[in-house]
Amino acid sequence: MSSITRRRALGVAAGAAGAVAVLAQAGPAATAAPRAAATDPASFDEVYQGRRIQGGPAHGGGHHRGHHGGGYAVTVDGRELHVMRNADGTWISVIHHYEPVATPRELARAAVRELRGAPLVPLALG
Amino acid sequence: MTVRKNQAALTADEKRRFVDALLELKRSGRYDAFVTTHNAFIMGDTDDGDRVGHRSPSFLPWHRRFLLEFEAALKSVDATVTLPYWDWTADRTPRSSLWAPDFLGGTGRARDGQVTDGPFARSGNRWPITVRVDGRDFLRRDLGAGGRQLPTRAEVDSVLALETYDTAPWNSASDGFRNHLEGWRGVNLHNRVHVWVGGQMATGVSPNDPVFWLHHAFVDKLWADWQARHPGSPYLPAAGTRNVVDLHDTMRPWNDVTPADMLDHTPHYTFDTAA
Repeated sequence: MSSITRRRALGVAAGAAGAVAVLAQAGPAATAAPRAAATDPASFDEVYQGRRIQGGPAHGGGHHRGHHGGGYAVTVDGRELHVMRNADGTWISVIHHYEPVATPRELARAAVRELRGAPLVPLALG
Repeated sequence: MTVRKNQAALTADEKRRFVDALLELKRSGRYDAFVTTHNAFIMGDTDDGDRVGHRSPSFLPWHRRFLLEFEAALKSVDATVTLPYWDWTADRTPRSSLWAPDFLGGTGRARDGQVTDGPFARSGNRWPITVRVDGRDFLRRDLGAGGRQLPTRAEVDSVLALETYDTAPWNSASDGFRNHLEGWRGVNLHNRVHVWVGGQMATGVSPNDPVFWLHHAFVDKLWADWQARHPGSPYLPAAGTRNVVDLHDTMRPWNDVTPADMLDHTPHYTFDTAA
């Protein structure tokens, strides 16, 4: 099986609240991710179509395999949206996994539109 | 002998048996295990790390093995069933018989994207979406939303013309046949079809929609078609590549099958038209 274990997946979910706390402290100038810091996209925190979307450097630095955004995390109403950065710098999420967009903020907005009000849920693996 | 047929050519009885086998796998819980496996790989495969199922050379042999396992599960329910394929260059509108109520059902309704007809509609209560990334437990689609177009035959032919299987850096930035078929570069074939269908098909839990199998059976056929056009072009890379499945490396999650084992589909099945 994949290296994503159930325990790790649940850990991602449990860590979402913590990620929010860190994101709240991350100012626009925060480029703290250890990898590719020079090209990390800016943090954001806004209400889009009635839902709070936040993005910024994730804390912890690769303690699990849930993050593949180069240390960047995105949340919708405080719940983690799994995101991934492509080699060309574009982004995808678990909700838009076959259609890259330019920035994590675009990804979060696209997720809000696609969700049509539904909450993100922790992935139920296995 | 297993023959994979164009979905457009299936008889009413073949459609019914295929649908019934899907519903039985769903009822027994075996179906959702395939959704879970796919999502675990799609979240775990990364351009700069270990990658097996997607964005890598093993995209094609991995999905060939995945489909073989799923087809075997279908056959355990009904031995006459094989995986049909959807040639989306030919059957390219929501009016295709593929989306009729006697087969996969149609697109979702405007309000919430919910599929409301066919065997997988929520009203039938036989197709709960349990492996999911959001709170919605019903099958959704948005066929051709925003005027999106499926790939054309000419676009497919332009990709089949590429001689090299895959190239460094062996990921979504690669040139070559594999990545152009997968769709991260160029005219975009496989990825675009996921997006065209919409709903769960556009997400990491895309096998929640039964059309996943018909889409990938056609992608798999295109690999066979490409091999027939380029008999001298090998699977690449051959050996010693970090984070990537080389020709004779085993693939997770099975760990007993290599790309080399998957190059020839004919021991397992043939197609209704020459590949």
